[in-house]
Amino acid sequence: MSDFFNKTDLSRNDAEKIISETLNNCDDGELYLENSKSESIVLDDDKIKSSTYSSDLGYGLRAVTGEVVAYSHSNEISRNSLKQSADNLSSTLKSRKGVYNHEIPKTNEKFYKNINPIEEKSLQSKLELLKEVNTYTRAKGGIVQQVTASFSGEHKSIEIIRSGGEVLTDVRPLIRFNVSVMLEKNGKKETGVYGIGGRQSYDEYLKDDNWKKVCDEAFRIASINLESKPAPAGEMKVVLGPGWPAILIHEAIGHGLEGDFNRKKTSAFHNLMGQRVASEGVTIVDDGTLHNRRGSLTIDDEGTPTEKTVLIENGILKNFMQDRLNARLMNTRSTGSGRRESYRHVVLPRMRNTMMLNGKYSQEEMIKSVDKGIFAVSFGGGQVDITSGKFVFNCTEAYEIINGKIGVPIKGATLIGDGPSILKEVSLVGNNMMLDPGIGTCGKAGQGVPVGVAQPSILIDKMTVGGTQL
Amino acid sequence: MVKDQDYLKKTASFCIDLAKKLGATDATAAVMHSISETVNFRNKKLDESDRSDSLGVGLTTYIGTKKSSISSSNLNEDNIKTLIERCIETTKITPEDELNSLPDKDLLATKINDLNLYDDDHIENNEKIEYLKEAEEAALEKKEIINTETGFTESKSNFILASSDGFLNGYKSSSFSASCVAVAKNANNNMERDYEFTSTRHLHDMLRPNQIGSLAAKKTVQKLNPQKIESEKICIIFDRRISKGILSVLASAISASSIARGTSFLKDKINEEIFSSSINIYDKPNIVKGLGSRYFDDEGVKTKELKLVDQGVLKHYLVDTYYGKKLKSKSNGRSGGTSNLYFEKGSISYKNLLKLNQRTLYITETIGHGSNLVTGDYSVGATGFMVENGVFKYPVSEITIAGNFNDMFKNITLADDLEFKYSTNAPTMLIEGMVVAGK
Repeated sequence: MSDFFNKTDLSRNDAEKIISETLNNCDDGELYLENSKSESIVLDDDKIKSSTYSSDLGYGLRAVTGEVVAYSHSNEISRNSLKQSADNLSSTLKSRKGVYNHEIPKTNEKFYKNINPIEEKSLQSKLELLKEVNTYTRAKGGIVQQVTASFSGEHKSIEIIRSGGEVLTDVRPLIRFNVSVMLEKNGKKETGVYGIGGRQSYDEYLKDDNWKKVCDEAFRIASINLESKPAPAGEMKVVLGPGWPAILIHEAIGHGLEGDFNRKKTSAFHNLMGQRVASEGVTIVDDGTLHNRRGSLTIDDEGTPTEKTVLIENGILKNFMQDRLNARLMNTRSTGSGRRESYRHVVLPRMRNTMMLNGKYSQEEMIKSVDKGIFAVSFGGGQVDITSGKFVFNCTEAYEIINGKIGVPIKGATLIGDGPSILKEVSLVGNNMMLDPGIGTCGKAGQGVPVGVAQPSILIDKMTVGGTQL
Repeated sequence: MVKDQDYLKKTASFCIDLAKKLGATDATAAVMHSISETVNFRNKKLDESDRSDSLGVGLTTYIGTKKSSISSSNLNEDNIKTLIERCIETTKITPEDELNSLPDKDLLATKINDLNLYDDDHIENNEKIEYLKEAEEAALEKKEIINTETGFTESKSNFILASSDGFLNGYKSSSFSASCVAVAKNANNNMERDYEFTSTRHLHDMLRPNQIGSLAAKKTVQKLNPQKIESEKICIIFDRRISKGILSVLASAISASSIARGTSFLKDKINEEIFSSSINIYDKPNIVKGLGSRYFDDEGVKTKELKLVDQGVLKHYLVDTYYGKKLKSKSNGRSGGTSNLYFEKGSISYKNLLKLNQRTLYITETIGHGSNLVTGDYSVGATGFMVENGVFKYPVSEITIAGNFNDMFKNITLADDLEFKYSTNAPTMLIEGMVVAGK
């Protein structure tokens, strides 16, 4: 645990006093303190290209009254600085009066260990492993033109001090290992990218030569793309593979079910609570409680324990994801979804691990049922327009399906759909649910936070594929 | 108040000196401080205020050709000392790389001609609120608008770049920006959203609030009741919001790192015609009050104007010291990328560009990250309008557009409506031969 009041003229008592004075007439708010250490080591072009270590320390003071949020942050933890922030908040909220909500649920359950992954593995051994990754991947043949491999690790300590002196803390490890391969054959170049990670030590992911599987997978994706032909253009049936393709769920409906957009009535879902938004058999949850997963949190960034929130049950919209502010204004409770990228950012309702649960069909049955369509296995990123509901995601590994059989690989293409209606087009839900490998970062309002996704294979009856072949 | 040059210089010099004392043969340090204040408004009510005070240092140490970096926002002297020690220890065990070095001394910026990048004006939060109210009132004049969100940010920053070669320079800059997002609803409860904004170095150069409010509302209402069109090959016009993205793709593809690493579709295309012969592209760092203007690059190397593309021919890569060595060329002051990058304006008017083809798809927004810089393949989601004989007929959505940059670059026609609204700017752009996927 970090001691934030060491080496400063600000004592814990002073801080508590300033917090209580500032938040006394507000509905909610807290002082959020954060100390994070992070490292990034990159091998590229046969060399260690960079090794960087960062230390970030700061606080954010937040006061909330009614719908108004006043926020001030700084990396100078001192009496003067906190006083200035407090004055800034008071001048924004001026005459507004609220009643401070002291209630916050407690938890003893931790979803990851209190470890510092950066210090658990020596820099020397990380450098050596990266070199080994490079040699191993390049040994796959002369077509390998470029290999980029990286480690990134983070150790983040947070402390939340609420009015009245209540204190909540969390220590969050996070690592990621990534390999990108570029191949060239007959003048054609293609890349393949794969990575793994989560809230554990590096070695939990890399042991037993597991790292080789990451290299193999990046190489496999690039190799397949070398043989790809241009993608078709137009509406067709799409079978999505299990695991990472669940970013479809994340983009298509996840963002639209975040509390803030629904309170503000700017989400295409805001008036659909209790209604059918997906085919029968489709159940979607957002779960922050999976052990060691990238999107998991013991407590969210307001101190609320996370939970498994049922968003859609058998096709019916059941819940939105809420932070404390939006929950209060919508007369419900926080689902432990209040998150922020760092002390530099305000809290927003965000996703954690968003998952579609198993149905009863096999992937084989789905493919067999398609006369003409595509089978999408691996994806790059995605994006959504919350208001119109239109969303996209980019395939990085996909195949054509002809007469119930998987055909040749097709080039990466963007798929586009309409969030509120896409889940009604899901006609078959698979029995092979898989979690993603632990690499997702979700962006919203300029803030990136680590998230996870999961799903079984699904068959979508109609989606637009953005290829070039008419 | 943002910290002054003396304070930043002292901190930077402290870091460099300590690094040298601890065994670094060379070192560079950057110290930055910024303060920004934002007010957000929603439906004519205060929504959020945000004050940000951000101080940070970044340090790179060299021992011969070994290199490592640290960064920190905790400028406590003990903490800095511990970090620099750590950085030196890391540098020692990092492998040699003969390309690692400080830039050539004779390339470093020496004199600075004031480009007027800093405005000392301060706008109080209550004045920001007045501005935002006016913007929202203008937007809400359109009856279809059901929701407005606006924001105003003032930001001031100062930085110093220092190196053990004696470089010690930096400057203040400011930015003022305001935006208005509007949401409109039709009779079937379908909603659309659009926006307008203004962003300038100086406060009094900002657009008036009613201008951004009315434009945001107009753009939003136009998008209501969109249709999905059939898949087809069709001429596409990129609105200026989107056309500048072509330059961003070009900038990434001609960065020395992409070229040297062989991961660019423009590798080995130097001195070749990559655009049609009517196209000229400049990167001009010394525009007065320019949003992308700078006096030197991230390494302290002086930046001068480059004509990157001359009559369609690629003339320069964007070169920094490290990859310059690999490509056997000198840095041209582009560590950290381009400055004010723009297409020279075309010769046809906006109106005539719309009429050039009988049917044109006019794109106002794209979503997704569908640019593959290795292959040049491009595929993104899009919204826009169907234009027939120069007239906007109906909004279009839930489609994708796709092509390959190699072909797209050669089929560009530019209008004469270049304006400097961003750091990267392009006129309205027509591209022939792209494929739309719809129904």
